[in-house]
Amino acid sequence: MLSLQDIHSFYGRSHILQGVSLEVEAGETVALLGRNGVGKTTTLRTIMGLTPARKGVIIFDQQDITRQATHRIARAGLALVPSGRRIFSNLTVRQNLLLAQSHSKSPIGEGWTIGRIYDTFPKLAKLDSRRAGFLSGGEQQMLKLGRALVANPRFLLLDELTEGLAPAIVGDLFMWLKQLQDEGLGMLICEQNALFALDLAQRAYILDKGQIRHQGTADKLRGSKEVMQYLGV
Amino acid sequence: MYGLTQLFSGLTTAALLFLVAAGLTMIFGGLRIINVAHGSFYMYGAFIVSSLVGTALTSSAHATALFWTALIVAPLVVAALGALTEYLVLRPLYGREHLLQLLATFALFYIFTGVSLLFWGGQYRSISIPPMLQGHLTVLGATLPVYNGFIMLIAVAVGLFMWWLLQRTPLGWRIRAAVEDPEMLAAMGTNVRGLFTGVFTLGTFLAGLAGAIVGPTQSVTTGLGAQILVSAFIVAVIGGLGSVAGAAIGAIIIGLSQAAGVLWAPQFESAFIYVAMILVLAIRPSGLLGVPEQ
Repeated sequence: MLSLQDIHSFYGRSHILQGVSLEVEAGETVALLGRNGVGKTTTLRTIMGLTPARKGVIIFDQQDITRQATHRIARAGLALVPSGRRIFSNLTVRQNLLLAQSHSKSPIGEGWTIGRIYDTFPKLAKLDSRRAGFLSGGEQQMLKLGRALVANPRFLLLDELTEGLAPAIVGDLFMWLKQLQDEGLGMLICEQNALFALDLAQRAYILDKGQIRHQGTADKLRGSKEVMQYLGV
Repeated sequence: MYGLTQLFSGLTTAALLFLVAAGLTMIFGGLRIINVAHGSFYMYGAFIVSSLVGTALTSSAHATALFWTALIVAPLVVAALGALTEYLVLRPLYGREHLLQLLATFALFYIFTGVSLLFWGGQYRSISIPPMLQGHLTVLGATLPVYNGFIMLIAVAVGLFMWWLLQRTPLGWRIRAAVEDPEMLAAMGTNVRGLFTGVFTLGTFLAGLAGAIVGPTQSVTTGLGAQILVSAFIVAVIGGLGSVAGAAIGAIIIGLSQAAGVLWAPQFESAFIYVAMILVLAIRPSGLLGVPEQ
């Protein structure tokens, strides 16, 4: 479904991704792990065309998206849940969702509407006309996830979703992502919280200084002392 | 009632400043470009009207019809020029260093000035107020030229339209979202580049409209653009760069300070708007409705 082949990306002159290759099958969940600053976010930005690759090929759904404009990549069915407070804080919760809404002809599962987002996250329904800037950290994560889902993507890119969240909310998040998996939505999860990601993922890649150091099934990596030590678990 | 007359005069200035600054502030908010050439679009609006209407009044019905036509055609021509400018000159410069962008719009300013000299020459041109809008009203003992009332009416109408666009329509939400986080908006499937072309076109349309309506109130010259640009920048900065509502408030502050200057200390008139700017920025460095840069 998503395939990166020998991707090189730069911020200005610094060479961030140095030949990253990875594959995710349809419906599969894959974790991309590593310490701070190894290129996890850059990998997602490169896939979305926000930091276009200088070298290499990215294939999504049999389509070469390497040189495509970001909005075309989004319309092809990729949705990014970014790290940090990247909701539109001046717009209401509903306006945030409306801007992301798309009516995909081939949604995964039963398809997402704003109504279904509100059923899944009843808290958001109550905040419907609230300015998104006034939401708490957990509510903003829900909004970011909801915003990605109403686009009816065929694949999700998740960046540091658990960062700064209370354990109870991390638990909720785990449950929601599990549901999305069961519906057959594929995901690439970038996480500092390696155990969270490994519990969800079937396979994982370990990134170090812009290169893939290890890869394998989640169980195998969880069992590897070297990998766990590197991740600081 | 000289004071009230000055108040009206200040509000007329405010109306024109708002029309120019609204575009300036939207273009900065979305495209992150400081458009030094914005005043040139205003100047072109005035020149195009002067060409279409001519200076001599023939028959009054004919002159009025011609004026209304010019008022619609001039901003549209200016907006088309704006769209072309954004597409050919600014698009390649997004994401580049600010200095380069500034140099580019500065160069555009000189080019537009040169082209206007080529087309319209260096002489002053004057446009007559159409018969329908001539005359004065007396309000509470003060005189208000009908035409100045007309300018204010247009600014209020544009202000209401902008409010409706930005608050009530999905296109407006997209524009506001693009001001806050253009990357995320693109990642959600919006063609942000196309949106930026639209914002630039709308901004230059408003500048062209302001230029078109200002023609009959003062002589039309090449210097018109530079003249309003400085005040419009001050308006945009004290309102908070990126905020159209801020531009409306800023325009009223600057328009009235200028009028107060004329009223109380005519020899220091031009100092008043700078004093107003210093006071506002001392209290709110990001402008009245601006958001501090992260």
